[in-house]
Amino acid sequence: MKGRDAGRAVQGGRLAAIRRRLVFAGQLLFTLAVAAFLVVPAFLSILAGVTSNYFVGIRSGVTLQWVAQVLSLYGDTILRSLVIALATLAATLVVGVPAAYALHLRGGRLARVIEEVITLPLAIPGLAIALALLLTYGGMAEFRRSWLFILVGHVVFTLPFMVRSVIAVLAAIDVKLLDESAASLGASAWRRFRDVIVPNARAGILAGSLMVVTLSLGEFNLTWMLHTPLTKTLPVGLADSYASMRLEIASAYTLVFFVMIVPLLVAMQWIAGRGRPDGERG
Amino acid sequence: MQRRMVPRALSLKAFLRLCLVPLVAVVVAFFLLPMVRLVLVGATGPLGLSAYAAILLEPRYRATLLNTVVLAAAVTLATIAIATVAGLFLQRHRFPGRALLVALLTFPLAFPGVVVGFMIILLAGRQGLIGSVTAALGGEKLVFAYSIEGLFLGYLYFSIPRVILTIMAAIEKLDPSLEEAARALGAGPWAVHRDVILPALKPAFLAAGAIAFATAMGAFGTAFTLATNIDVLPMLIYTEFTLSANIATAAALSVGLGLVAWAALATARSVAGKTVAAAG
Amino acid sequence: MNAHHGVAVSVEACAKTFADGTRALEAITLTIARGETVVLLGPSGCGKTTLLRIIAGLEQPDRGGRVLFDGEDVTAVPIERRKVGMVFQNYALFPNMNVADNIAYGLRIRGMPREERDARVAELVKLTGIEGLEHRRIDQLSGGQRQRVALARAVAPRPRVLLLDEPLTALDAALRERLRGELNRLLRMLGITTVYVTHDQAEAMVLGDRVVVMRRGAIAQVGTPREIYFSPANPFVAEFVGAANILEGHGTGDALVLPGGRLPLAAGARGGPLVVMIRPEAIRLVAAAGAALAGEVESVSFVGDRLRVTVQGIAARALVVDAPNTAAVKPGDRVGLAVPPEAVRVLADAPP
Repeated sequence: MKGRDAGRAVQGGRLAAIRRRLVFAGQLLFTLAVAAFLVVPAFLSILAGVTSNYFVGIRSGVTLQWVAQVLSLYGDTILRSLVIALATLAATLVVGVPAAYALHLRGGRLARVIEEVITLPLAIPGLAIALALLLTYGGMAEFRRSWLFILVGHVVFTLPFMVRSVIAVLAAIDVKLLDESAASLGASAWRRFRDVIVPNARAGILAGSLMVVTLSLGEFNLTWMLHTPLTKTLPVGLADSYASMRLEIASAYTLVFFVMIVPLLVAMQWIAGRGRPDGERG
Repeated sequence: MQRRMVPRALSLKAFLRLCLVPLVAVVVAFFLLPMVRLVLVGATGPLGLSAYAAILLEPRYRATLLNTVVLAAAVTLATIAIATVAGLFLQRHRFPGRALLVALLTFPLAFPGVVVGFMIILLAGRQGLIGSVTAALGGEKLVFAYSIEGLFLGYLYFSIPRVILTIMAAIEKLDPSLEEAARALGAGPWAVHRDVILPALKPAFLAAGAIAFATAMGAFGTAFTLATNIDVLPMLIYTEFTLSANIATAAALSVGLGLVAWAALATARSVAGKTVAAAG
Repeated sequence: MNAHHGVAVSVEACAKTFADGTRALEAITLTIARGETVVLLGPSGCGKTTLLRIIAGLEQPDRGGRVLFDGEDVTAVPIERRKVGMVFQNYALFPNMNVADNIAYGLRIRGMPREERDARVAELVKLTGIEGLEHRRIDQLSGGQRQRVALARAVAPRPRVLLLDEPLTALDAALRERLRGELNRLLRMLGITTVYVTHDQAEAMVLGDRVVVMRRGAIAQVGTPREIYFSPANPFVAEFVGAANILEGHGTGDALVLPGGRLPLAAGARGGPLVVMIRPEAIRLVAAAGAALAGEVESVSFVGDRLRVTVQGIAARALVVDAPNTAAVKPGDRVGLAVPPEAVRVLADAPP
C-alpha cells in the first residue's frame, strides 16, 4: 500500500473517531429523552402527592395531608388488594407448583397442550375473561358479591406465570436426575417432591411469587368488570380517583401504589440479575 | 409371610396425576367453561351467529376495529424503532450511570393501564406539564391527553419498557465475531448494522412487536382513564356491555378481539420459541 | 514455486492491558516476512489471540506499541481499512446470506462490479473445493464446509495478511487432521503472509514456516519447527511441543552425573549444575550390565505403534522412553539406557 493511501487511512480514522463521538452523544441524548418521557410524569405524580397545591407548585409547601386523605378514603381498597394478592399467591402456589412439577416430569404432548391452555388467559384480553366469568357465575349471588370472585379472576390470570417460572427452574436443575437419585434411595413420590424437588426449585418459586403478587396488586382489566362497590381493589380505586378526585389526591394515591409496587419490582430485577453471568472482557 | 401393615406409597405416576388435578379443576371451572359460554352467548343475540361477522360488516364496528388495529400497529413500529436505537446504545457502551438509565427505562414495566393513563394526564392533560410549557412559551396551552394522540403516547409508555428489555436481551446474545468478520471485510458501521446486526435481530423484532401489538389491541385501563369517547375496541366492548346491555354483541366482540390477540401472540411464540404474555 | 504475496508485518513493542486490569500481553516485538506463515503456539491465556487481534486491528496495543505493514505504521488504522483477511474460530459466517453471498461480501463492500464478483467467487469456490454449495444456507453446512467458506470469504478480497484464529479447534479430531493437510496445501498455494493461532503443537509443526511459542503474554521461543523441537530454549517449550525428559545434575565437562550413572554429553559442555532435555524417542533400552546409565522399569504402556516405558532410579523423576512395540520389557526389570550425546540438549534456565 502506498504511503499516500496509508496516510489517508489514518486521516479517515481520525474523522471516524470524531463521527463516533457525535453519534454517541446523539444516541445518549435520545435515550435520555425517552427515559425522561417515562420518568418525569412519575416524578411529577410523586411530587403532586405531597404538594399542598399542585397548581401553585412546590412553593405552596410539602404536606402529607393528601396521603392521609387517601388512607381514610381508600384505605379499604389498599387492604383488600393486599389480601387478594396474598390469597392469589397462596392459591397459585398450591395449584401451580405441583402442577409445574408434574407437567415438566411428564413431558409429552399432553403436557404441552395443558401448558398452552393455561397460557391462553394471557392472550385473551382481561375484559373478555371477565365477561366470560360474569356470564357463567354472575347468577351465583353470594359468590358474585364476594372478593372471592375477584380472586378467581386473578388466579386464572397469574397461574401461567407461576407455572412457567417453576418449570423454567426445574428445567435448569435437571429435575429428572434428582428425582431418580432420590428414588433410588427409597423415597416415595411425595417425599421426593417435598424434600428434594421443592427446596431446589426455590429460586423459581420465589421469582414466580413476586411476579404473581405484583400482577395481582396492579390488575385492572379483569377486576374492573368483576368488582362491586363493596369489593373495590386499589387499581379500581385509582381509576375512581383519576376521574373524580383532585390531582393531589389522585397523585397521593398513586404514590401509595408506587411505594407498594417498586420494592417488588426491585426485588424481581435483583433476583433476575443474580442468575446472569458477568459481562465479558471487551 | 408377614402381611403388609403400611399402605404402599403412591407411585410416581399416580402422584403426578394428583398434582395436576387442582390445576385442571381450576382451569376448567374458571376459564374453559366460561370461555365456551362466552362464545355461545355471542351467538345467541338477535343476530345469532352472524354477530361474529358483524365485527367486519357493521360500519361502526369496522371503523372501531380499523382504528384499534392502526393505532396498535403504529405504536408497535414506533416502539420497536425507539427500543432498537436505545437498546443498541445501552448494550454497546458502558458508562457511569448506565445501570440507572436502564432501570429508569424499565421501571414502568408493572404499571397497570390506569396508572399509565394518569401519567399521560400529568404530561398532557389540563394541568399537564406540556400544557404549562407551551403556555409559558407564549403559545396556546397544548392539551391532548384525552384524544387519540394521548392514547398513542399512553400505549407507547407501557410498550417501551417491555420491548426494550426483549431487544436488549437479544442484542446481548448477538455474536460479536459476526460483526468483527464484517469489519474485517471492510464494512463500515452503517453496513455492519444493515448486513449483520438488524438481520440478526429480526426474530426479536417479530416477537417483541407481536407482544406490543397484542397488548395495545387489548388495552383497556389506559383508554378508560383517558376518556370514554375514544373509539377503540376494548372501550366499545365495555360500553356495549355496561351501558347498552348488548351482552351478545359484547361477547362476540370480545371473542373476536381475543382471537386477534391470540393470533399475534402465537406468531411471536413460534418466532421466539417460548411463551409470551400481553398485559395492560 | 510458490509466489510470495501480501506484506511484511512488523510488531514493535506491542503490549496489552485490558480495561479490567488484566495484563494479556507483555511488550512483543516480532517480524514476519512477506509470504511467510507464522504460527503463534501456546496454552490458553498466553496472549496469542490478543496478539493476533492487535495485528488485525480489532484491539489497540498499549501506548508505545506499533504495527507496521511493509514499513507503514498502521497502528491507528481500524480493521475496516487494514485490508486483512480474518478467519474466526467459530467461522462467523453470516446466517442471513448464502454461501456465495458470504464469500462475495468483502468484494461487495469494495464496490466490485457484479460480473467480476461472480468470477472471483467461482474461482475461490473451486480453490477451496466447495463446488455445488454456492446457494446453500449456512446452517445446512457441515463444520468442515463452513471452515472452507470462511477461508474463501477471507481470501476473496486479496488481503495483505491472512489471520486465522484457531480455525480447526471447533472440529472433531479426525476431521481436524484431514483439514490440516488441506489447509497447509492451500496456504502454500496462496502464499499470502499468514499468522495462525493454535494451541495444538501438531498443527503448528505442519503449518508453520516459523513457530512462535508463547507463555503468559511473552514469547518463549521463535524458530522453525525443527529448531523448536530439537533445540528448545527452556523446559516450558521443550515440554509443550512434545514429550520431554528434563534432567538436573552436576556437569563434569564431558558428562552429567546422575543418581543412576553418567550421561555422556557433547564436547564443550560446561561444568557445574546443569539442566538437560532428552526426547523419549532418542533413548534406547540396552542390557543393564556395562551400561553408563541403569535403572529399574516402573511401568510399560502399549500405545500401539510403540511402547511407553518409564524407568526410575536414573534421575529424580522417572524417565520416559519410547521402545519398539515388540520389546520384551516388564515392570521390575533392570535396564540400561543408551543416549547419543547429540540428542542431549542443554537448557538455558531451570525448570519451573
